[in-house]
Amino acid sequence: MSVLTIKGSGAGTSSASLRHRLAERGIDTSLLMLVPALIFALALFIYPFSYGIGLTFQPSAATQQAWGGGMFANYIAFFKDSFVFDSVWLTMRLALPVAVFNVLASIPVAFKLRHRFRGKKLLTTLVVLPITLGTVLTAQGLLIFAGRQGWLNRFLIQIHLIDQPIQFVNNYWGVVFSLVISGFPFAFLLISSYLSGIDPSIEAAAKVMGANWHQRFRRVILPLLAPGLATTSILTFVLAFSVFPSARLVGDAMGATRVMSLMAFRAFGEQNDYPMASTIAVMMGLIELVVIALVLLWRSSMYKGSSGGKG
Amino acid sequence: MTIAASRFESLELHGVGRSFGGRSALEDLNLTVRAGEFIALLGPSGCGKSTALNCIAGLLPLTHGQILIDGKRVDTVAAEKRGFGMVFQNYALFPHLSVEKNIAFGLQMRKISKSEVRRRVAEAIALVKLEEHATKLPGQLSGGQQQRVAIARAVVVEPRLVLMDEPLSNLDAKLRLEMRTEIRRLHQSLGLTTLYVTHDQEEALSMADRLVVLREGRVQQVGTPQELHNGPANWHVADFMGYRNLIDMDVTTVGAATVTVQDNGFALRATATQPVSVGDKVRVAIRPEDLMAVSEVVPVHSGNTTQAFVSVVEYHGREFAVGVTTPGGQSLYVRSDHAPVVGSTIELTADPARVLVFPADLVEASSPSTQERELAEVRR
Repeated sequence: MSVLTIKGSGAGTSSASLRHRLAERGIDTSLLMLVPALIFALALFIYPFSYGIGLTFQPSAATQQAWGGGMFANYIAFFKDSFVFDSVWLTMRLALPVAVFNVLASIPVAFKLRHRFRGKKLLTTLVVLPITLGTVLTAQGLLIFAGRQGWLNRFLIQIHLIDQPIQFVNNYWGVVFSLVISGFPFAFLLISSYLSGIDPSIEAAAKVMGANWHQRFRRVILPLLAPGLATTSILTFVLAFSVFPSARLVGDAMGATRVMSLMAFRAFGEQNDYPMASTIAVMMGLIELVVIALVLLWRSSMYKGSSGGKG
Repeated sequence: MTIAASRFESLELHGVGRSFGGRSALEDLNLTVRAGEFIALLGPSGCGKSTALNCIAGLLPLTHGQILIDGKRVDTVAAEKRGFGMVFQNYALFPHLSVEKNIAFGLQMRKISKSEVRRRVAEAIALVKLEEHATKLPGQLSGGQQQRVAIARAVVVEPRLVLMDEPLSNLDAKLRLEMRTEIRRLHQSLGLTTLYVTHDQEEALSMADRLVVLREGRVQQVGTPQELHNGPANWHVADFMGYRNLIDMDVTTVGAATVTVQDNGFALRATATQPVSVGDKVRVAIRPEDLMAVSEVVPVHSGNTTQAFVSVVEYHGREFAVGVTTPGGQSLYVRSDHAPVVGSTIELTADPARVLVFPADLVEASSPSTQERELAEVRR
């Protein structure tokens, strides 16, 4: 490129500006403006993160004594201490079904709310509203509404459907409810934006060509929506996997909802074992990465191009 | 050639109308289409032509009227069961399916055997000359190729009726001309019945057997290209048929064959399309090529002459397109075999038979936002 420019201009020196000449060599000087941001990222994310990873290889004396393995004692403890390792399964048991439910339940709702109709704004607002509630508020609400003395149980008893209060909270289901309340609006928003990216005339074309709604959905809409579904399920999964406050507030923190983040907090806050806490956090990240990789692998087998755009 | 249209005798539209939230986009459309005809729906944007097409396709429910094929109602049949083919303005190809699979889609929906599907798809691909692109995705094709796929996809199912919604408007000028011929060729060789929506009168005149001119949801005129070209029913149709000069004038004398119209001294003899009387306000329509500057080669035609100031001169190869201003300040476009001097006065002449006089009052309807509503409705 640059050789051509020099030849073209006839003389040895180009009359183009410095910026232009640098651009010819693939250097974009405006990228320099990223430097402050990079420094921030380095100081506030990359350094502490690497420090944390470093910590995992400096196990406490107690851990080393209990599990052996020198610098890998923390990891050995993680896999061998069933009390710690079981939390992986407990977390997965919460996060996977919740992510799948949020995505699957969002599809029909997003479909229904796609068209223009009276009251659409109100309905959309109602669906999305829980996103503005914090986890703590949601947990509080669940405890009051669905607790043993809550309205729901009292109502069910009064209409003689049950005679003993059902335990809705402080167990697995309490956390599931809380995760659905906070995760569903999120999944719904993402999926409706993906859905609105599919040109409506594509569906109209399928219709004229003789496809009924089931065929249109399965053969046209679903393949075009698949990349969006993958992204949405990754995001809702990660959201649910890192659950902490609701697992403690509406869950059974020492039993069915002893999730990984609780274990990390326990190691850090109660046992003052920073290296073990870091190890659990790093393993959390790794497990999330594995799930994300699997979803992306599935996604890469699907159509990836544009979905026709909003015409 | 084994792809051929399914036969029917006639498609009838009886008082078809469609309104959106109290505003009517299409009113009282009556039309009988015979099998094998190529009908163009012509009109400016927002005139209801796309609404009409979507109603016939079944993508929009009718608010009034009936659609019948051989006496049987089809407007109550769901879009997917009408057995029509449709070509969309933006092609609407399935972006995740290859060319072959796009074309096969309609056949698969009809539960046709695999070998038969393969044979007919291959035939349709050959028909639109896309053999070497059969396995590509639509995104890898050019606009013209995508349009061919859309056409192949519409005709491969041997539809009773092919609906085309401004199929060429996204293509460049050269390709548009090629595809025009291509569509006409397919129409004839496959024996299709085609309803073609366009806003381009040249396209409509060159392709269609009959034209339907729409304005503000109402039919203005139905006829063959010749009928519309030579005898537009009102000045709106005239405007669409290339009568670029539309001037408001007064009738001064009414003769046996011709009338005289004038505006501030700019006077011409003309032909009245409807009875007029002296003093009427009328709108006069003349094609630029019928209003010539007088020269040695162009004599005054039957004594019909008038004068105007030259304001713009454009070179058009064989001749000059000249913009002139009448003494009354109205702009006209005329043709000249020489380049007149800008600012000078030239003498113009026209055949009285080609100067058409229309009543000035055409029912004016309100704002043209119908198309937006139309689009919003289709996207449901």
